[in-house]
Amino acid sequence: MKKENKTVQKNADEVKSTIQFDRRDFLKHLGGGIIILFSAAEFPFLHGMAIPSEQRPQPDWNAYLLVGEDGRVSCFTGKIEMGQGVITSLAMELADELDVSLNNVDMVMGDTDLCPWDAGTWGSLTTRAFGPLLRAAGAEARAILLEMASISLKLPVDRLAVKDGVVYDMKKPSKKVTYAELTRGEKIVKTLSEKPPVKKPSEFNVMGKPVYKHDSLEKVTGKAKYSGDIQLPGMLYAKVLRPPAHGAKMKSLDTSRAERIEGVVMIKEDDLIAVLHENPDIADDALSQIRAEFESVPAEPNNETIFEHLVNSATDSDIVSQGGDVEEGRKISDLIVEKEYLDGYVAHAPIETHTATATMEGERIVIWASTQSPFGIRREVAETLNVPEQNVQVKQIFIGGGFGGKSPGRQVVEAARLTKLTGKPVQVAWTRREEFFYDTYRPAAVVKITSGMTNSGKVTLWDYKVYFAGARGSQHFFDVANHKTESLDSGSVEAHPFATGPWRAPGNNTNTFARESHIDIMAFKAGIDPLEFRLSNIKDERMVRVLKTVADKFGWTPSKAQSGRGYGLACGSDADTYVAHMAEVKVDKNTGHVQVIRVVCAQEMGLVVNPQGATLQVEGCITMGLGYALAEDISFEGGRIMTRNFDTYEIPKFSWTPEIEVVLVDAHDSPPHGGGEPPIICMGGVIANAIFDAVGARLYQLPMTPERILQAMKG
Amino acid sequence: MNEPIKFELNDNPVEFLPDGEKTLLTVLRTRFGLTGTKWGCRIGFCGACTVIIDGEPVRSCITPVEDISGKKVITIEGLTKDGVLHPLQNAFIRHEALQCGYCTSGMILNAYGLLLKNPEPTRQEIIEFMEGNLCRCGSYGRIIKAIQTAAIEMKGGVR
Repeated sequence: MKKENKTVQKNADEVKSTIQFDRRDFLKHLGGGIIILFSAAEFPFLHGMAIPSEQRPQPDWNAYLLVGEDGRVSCFTGKIEMGQGVITSLAMELADELDVSLNNVDMVMGDTDLCPWDAGTWGSLTTRAFGPLLRAAGAEARAILLEMASISLKLPVDRLAVKDGVVYDMKKPSKKVTYAELTRGEKIVKTLSEKPPVKKPSEFNVMGKPVYKHDSLEKVTGKAKYSGDIQLPGMLYAKVLRPPAHGAKMKSLDTSRAERIEGVVMIKEDDLIAVLHENPDIADDALSQIRAEFESVPAEPNNETIFEHLVNSATDSDIVSQGGDVEEGRKISDLIVEKEYLDGYVAHAPIETHTATATMEGERIVIWASTQSPFGIRREVAETLNVPEQNVQVKQIFIGGGFGGKSPGRQVVEAARLTKLTGKPVQVAWTRREEFFYDTYRPAAVVKITSGMTNSGKVTLWDYKVYFAGARGSQHFFDVANHKTESLDSGSVEAHPFATGPWRAPGNNTNTFARESHIDIMAFKAGIDPLEFRLSNIKDERMVRVLKTVADKFGWTPSKAQSGRGYGLACGSDADTYVAHMAEVKVDKNTGHVQVIRVVCAQEMGLVVNPQGATLQVEGCITMGLGYALAEDISFEGGRIMTRNFDTYEIPKFSWTPEIEVVLVDAHDSPPHGGGEPPIICMGGVIANAIFDAVGARLYQLPMTPERILQAMKG
Repeated sequence: MNEPIKFELNDNPVEFLPDGEKTLLTVLRTRFGLTGTKWGCRIGFCGACTVIIDGEPVRSCITPVEDISGKKVITIEGLTKDGVLHPLQNAFIRHEALQCGYCTSGMILNAYGLLLKNPEPTRQEIIEFMEGNLCRCGSYGRIIKAIQTAAIEMKGGVR
């Protein structure tokens, strides 16, 4: 399985998409208006973010915009909303480019029948990759409407202006025509083929100003429907038999007692053993009545041995960057610092577990699923059930958190198989134990750093190796001539005893923890204030700017660690965004308990579409990041997962909440960069450095539990 | 033979004949279609399923069906009266004290339970009372502020 990733990739390349949209089919359900089709693949300015051509379905556009006959603007996109706020920020971009009020924009997201194909919602790509396209489409639609208005009003385009969907004569504003009047009876379909001019930040009316999310009312009244809230007549709740450990094969099965329960539907098809009932509590009961024996699996590796196991398993190596000669760097260094950093497995743990409700409508399977990847799920279901993709519809639904964990579609495939087998609507809602068992954890990882510096604190060597976390965030940004950054077994899955996958800013949390801890150790050894040490070794202007901004906001005063104040600093870059964090912590020297008092974050993310949404993402990242920094760690013995619920897997709670201050550094002339992930990357490093500053204990392993802190305090 | 269970649900008298349901959570969701009450852990640990019974916030996922007989139950659907949002619901919107929204019903009802007992809680009292409600998106700081705002707006008069 070492090559599994590559194999999977190869298969994906070979699979010819069974879906054959006819453009007319796709558009016929729309009424009149102006329709702009657009595709990420056609824009050179999005180089590197487009869909690979072999994965591109037909037609080759993946979103569209409609200015309807009622003058309302609708965007149809396969992206999904899971709490990150893009349903609001994308609407803001359209409202601005089209000069309509925000209330006049509808976002239709993630419905595989209504929306064209999309790869999925991850990687902080929605705003930075999809946003510019959407704006261009909005600008294109506006230009068409202006042309039409010019004919209608018998005025040249440059005499016209638009406000709230009304085109008017700048010299005589009473001479006007609305978008609704212009589009009535029209059907204009245009493919966006070049980059039309979009508005300059100085022309924004909506973007750049804080806007609250659009879906709060439904959420505070309980009306928002998540996939488990779909209730259909005759629906069965399914409970699936699970092995006690990953890789454990079933030896024997006795379902007789379960089958005696009235109303139970028992399904045994290949690996799928499920009990279904109209009452979820009875389905639970029935599952507990199944007697099954499984073969035992090796209890290795475990939480202790995993790191050595990973390092020994690594074979593939990619050079991320290098320059000069590390041996030369070693020679010219006055002091060498060599350290190793460890990071355990971390779960996504959304409060909504993986859930899917599925039903047959004739030949079609209709699905409501908590997923970040509706089109990926559709393909998975179609391939498993051997039906054409057109016969599977994944519908838009609220999603109770994703964080990278809701792309795999096991629960969806189970619900789809069961609805097909039983002929009834079926809901599969994982228990918390199933959620922890099948989660695609952030991989355990090891980072080895050998660095060197002169007596005056100039970095002269940077030799960096990351095992299994991935290359994202491993690139250093120091002004050092002799350096090498290597990523070993990035994305490899074989060595892990269970599934791993992307977890909010994949790789970067591990890499930033290691790098920022290490640079602090160097500053300490050099006897230099950690901020000053970084500033004297970093030339990247964007990084310098966020460092200076955060220091100013925090009120950082130079002191060499360990100052006893409990102040920490970390910085990094993710999804083209730059972040710097400062934190203040208190450490209980008797118990090892850490209370984070205050966290300040400066973030430079280019153009900020919705400062309110971006601020919420920073706050969310800081709060969530406390968990992987201080407590979260999957407990396992080989394929057996001992972590089963929140009583043994502690995520941040109210009492952990620090005072949080966010500064979004003004860079609105730059393109927008990522926002949902970058501010979480510094949380390990900033707390590790603050703990050291507080009590002199240096932690080399995440999470920094009280036991590990007490151990480190002993030296 | 099962006896019908009678209780008051969001100010209305209701009854139902149990048919294998074990918990109040299941009854609310499947018998009364009130899906605003969510589940997260089913061991009473995350607070997503919180409802109010006789003025006390309880975890409906571990509340046995038999225990609700004769009780007054309030769910998120019952907090809005005549189309007017409860001050807590308003405050959650105004402070944007939510992201994905999945924990929100439980958060609001637990906070409601707090304000029923203690209409003017300190920040520390809010934190202690809310400690058992989990939010993975990281909205705690905003939820604390929303509860403070709602408390001030209600001026000690909790409805």
